[in-house]
Amino acid sequence: MAPESSTRRRLLASLLGVSGSVLLPSLHAAPAPLITRPIPSSGEAIPVIGLGSWITFNVGRDREARAECAAVMRGFFAGGGRMIDSSPMYGSAQDVIGEALQAIKPARLFSADKVWIGGGARGPGQIETSRRLWQVPRFDLLQVHNLLSWEEHLPQLLAMKKEGRLRYVGITTSEGRRHSEIEKIMASQPIDFVQVSYNALDREVEARILPLARERRIGVIVNRPFRQGDLTAALAGKPLPGWGAEIGCTSWAQALLKFIVSHPAVTCAIPATSNVAHVRENLLAGSGRLPDEALRKRIALDAGRLA
Amino acid sequence: MSQWWTYRLSDLLMFSARSYWRLTEALNRDLWPGQVVAVAAGIVILGCLLRPGVPARRSAYLMLGAAWAWVGWAYHLQRYADINTGAPYFAGGFALQALLLWAMAARSRPLVAAPACSRIGLALAGAGVLMYPLLALAGDHGWRRAEVFGIVPDPTAVTTLGVLLALRAHPLIWLIPLLWCAISSATLMELRVGHAWLPAAAAVLAIAAGIVLRRRERPLSLRANSPT
Repeated sequence: MAPESSTRRRLLASLLGVSGSVLLPSLHAAPAPLITRPIPSSGEAIPVIGLGSWITFNVGRDREARAECAAVMRGFFAGGGRMIDSSPMYGSAQDVIGEALQAIKPARLFSADKVWIGGGARGPGQIETSRRLWQVPRFDLLQVHNLLSWEEHLPQLLAMKKEGRLRYVGITTSEGRRHSEIEKIMASQPIDFVQVSYNALDREVEARILPLARERRIGVIVNRPFRQGDLTAALAGKPLPGWGAEIGCTSWAQALLKFIVSHPAVTCAIPATSNVAHVRENLLAGSGRLPDEALRKRIALDAGRLA
Repeated sequence: MSQWWTYRLSDLLMFSARSYWRLTEALNRDLWPGQVVAVAAGIVILGCLLRPGVPARRSAYLMLGAAWAWVGWAYHLQRYADINTGAPYFAGGFALQALLLWAMAARSRPLVAAPACSRIGLALAGAGVLMYPLLALAGDHGWRRAEVFGIVPDPTAVTTLGVLLALRAHPLIWLIPLLWCAISSATLMELRVGHAWLPAAAAVLAIAAGIVLRRRERPLSLRANSPT
């Protein structure tokens, strides 16, 4: 879904003196505007905090849990969030997202989904099924999930983009898998996004993938920012060192997200949660001061020491 | 999916412990008071193990087959498939096990007494029917998340292994319950459930008892002409 312009918001933003690079999250006032980053291939600004759906949104037909997911999405959009990421691999997550989108009807959605099926011939059918579940006219971004049959899917996605049926094309991996293949694709294919796992403790992508993304003007989406909750669980109860206040962080979760989105190659991080309070907290990490390189090193060092 | 070797178990687990248990909770709510019928059927099966005759053994196999068929349909296909893309395959496995158990009922023949097998098998089956639901009382949600034989897979598989041990069933009939115990323990371990070890432990106990007691009773088996 293409971003829609909002004259009122823009007017209010200019009256408040907010720069064009930041997004005014809501007329009902979130504490601070979300920082945005330009998508390298287009220049379109996107908030640095997105919303993942792995595990958290796979709740089946559970009405109560679906309502909680919808509340998370409502809080996400109200706080200025825009990118939601899912996959056909995530069970009922796409259906849960689609139902919530119908109820919320967000002004600005950046829909990111994936194709995850063996063989290119079955790709278009799966994409159409996903689109129906999301209940969107088209996806903003489609990614080849974990490089499955990428040689067949990628040309199809690029053709869809050329025909105007898709805005961006990407590839994904997680947990450090197949990085050398990811690099080869980044170097040879005209992709807009690469999605990788990256956090204060898992920093392998800093060596080659993130520099390559900058060089090739490829946007970077970061998954598993909290190691699927293990990192925040390990740091629970450990006081945030003094540097937290310097960058306006009150929790480890915020500091860990700020560590990620402050990397100059990163476009956005997509933490997943089923908790409204957590989504608000995650969004807070997308505003205010970001750590500089020296502080990033300290965050990684302290997280590694305390986790 | 290609490159399976690059995936860990945690990468394949696509739902939270909360979703998993709420599924059991919803099933228990929707099927109540079916749990009473299921436990009663389980107790009848235990009773069948105490009776030596062919009709009792046939009844046990028939009821077990029904339990597997029902769990495959009502749990795996109707519920678990909502959050686990592998569940339809589990449903297929449970349906196949139901057919195998019913086939066993059809061809049940007189069995030479195997008291040690019977005792351990009875204990294992008893644990599946009577102890498993009590595990829920250790959590915060009480009976609502009780795991009941004939309603959810784990106690059904554990009870079945007990029965198969007691009745010295053909090893082929053991495969699916054993496989399920391994899958379930691995899943529960990833979900960090306290009693994740239980299905695997039941499987190991059943296998160990089966092997040891079969060896010990080999002369009896030979005299018995053929196993059931």
